[in-house]
Amino acid sequence: MLKRDAGQHILHQFDNDLESVRTKVMSMGGLVEKQVENSMVALAHGDSNLAEQVAMNDYQINAMELAIDEECNQIIALRQPTANDLRLVMSIIKTISDLERIGDEAEKIGKYAIDLATEDRNQVYFTELKHLGSKVKVILRKALDSFARMDVASAYETAVSDKQINKEYEQITVKVIKVMSENRSSVELGLRIMWSARALERIADHAKNICEYVIFTVEGKDIRHASFQQALADFKYE
Amino acid sequence: MAKPNLSGDEQMSAVNPLNEENVCLECRDFSLFYGDKQALFDINLKIPTKQVTAFIGPSGCGKSTLLRCMNRMNDLIDNVHVSGQMLLNGNDLNARSVNVTDLRRQVGMVFQKPNPFPKSIFENVAYGLRLQGINNKSELEDRVEWSLKSAALWEEVGGRLQDNAFDLSGGQQQRLVIARAVAIQPEVLLLDEPASALDPISTLKIEELIFELKSKYTVVIVTHNMQQAARVSDHTAFLYLGELIEFGGTDKIFTNPQEKKTEDYITGRYG
Repeated sequence: MLKRDAGQHILHQFDNDLESVRTKVMSMGGLVEKQVENSMVALAHGDSNLAEQVAMNDYQINAMELAIDEECNQIIALRQPTANDLRLVMSIIKTISDLERIGDEAEKIGKYAIDLATEDRNQVYFTELKHLGSKVKVILRKALDSFARMDVASAYETAVSDKQINKEYEQITVKVIKVMSENRSSVELGLRIMWSARALERIADHAKNICEYVIFTVEGKDIRHASFQQALADFKYE
Repeated sequence: MAKPNLSGDEQMSAVNPLNEENVCLECRDFSLFYGDKQALFDINLKIPTKQVTAFIGPSGCGKSTLLRCMNRMNDLIDNVHVSGQMLLNGNDLNARSVNVTDLRRQVGMVFQKPNPFPKSIFENVAYGLRLQGINNKSELEDRVEWSLKSAALWEEVGGRLQDNAFDLSGGQQQRLVIARAVAIQPEVLLLDEPASALDPISTLKIEELIFELKSKYTVVIVTHNMQQAARVSDHTAFLYLGELIEFGGTDKIFTNPQEKKTEDYITGRYG
């Protein structure tokens, strides 16, 4: 758990500031999760109305990013956070940027859902996208939970599971390319399916980033760009 | 309380690694007692040459006491005795053979409140030089000018060296005292809360000066202002209740300290 749980600041207002910004990140995460969920439903059922709603709601996520950014600026300017406080604030600034990007990906999926609205839902592609989507939702949920609880073990585990998503995305790509090369009339459909899969894969990447920030906040260790296997081995060894 | 392991270079990672050649001052199992009361407990610490080392910790943690041991200012207090060793360039500075006046020439000190002598600006800086037997006028003038330039004060007082030192502002007086300390070209400068009585701008001038001083001197600074320690020092030692809790590169201490006590202190939490 986060070391800061062990004690409160002498200046209680500082605790309130950090708690307020953390709570806002969690609500932003909840909203982003909802957007991803809705975009997936819209894609699965060809629900254009829901897809448009996703596009229209994206502004809320953007507004939250700005508000949280501003609060973090205030904390840095007025409280001069150090050590775990500093790492938390830095991680929050990065986390909300990833959340905002996830929101953008959800919006994109919504747009593809509108384009694909009239397609036959029984095609194998849609089953595969649904499967990928359900895995992506799990990784996003776990990343947000790890953030809320500052749970390093869960963050490691979740970040590692991104590999499976990448693998599944690769499989969909290979399949779509094969069909497109055999049948020219399927190119339009194929591209949209691929873009949707790509958006889902990107969401999982952002979720993985959030896990990395959790690890940085709690352990003070920056594992981005490092060998993940090595980082995990070190973690288990400790 | 576990003693921090100070042997690993890992703790020094971001700044120059500490090796035997660049250790200026070293405490080995150093303890100090005021009568029966122990104020410092088995301190083991290596202070690197020509870098800035800051001591931080709450009031009464022993940081000023430890600093004062480095030029034996505690000799002036009755009933103080020490155990263990305090080494300056490998030599125990508490050895019988050490001449305390020579030691203090090598290890200069600046206090919290500026304490210029009630003399002219020139005479304040020349004082230590005269004690050393330097009386040649042009040599004195050269050394005074050099010292005032070293203390970043020459621009402000070069034209009025005969004015009384008390006519200067607090920040200027503090820099004058630093000029007086560097005039005799010590090896080490001990600064005990050098900026705590000054306004923010004068404080920044002192901090800028500390940064420049480290090219020539080993600087050890005690400060209550943690941001100041973060700004000026290369290494930071955190003391608590007379024990050294953690010592390491300042960048590390302020972003990712290894000890919970350090983290609680620098983030402003209850211990």
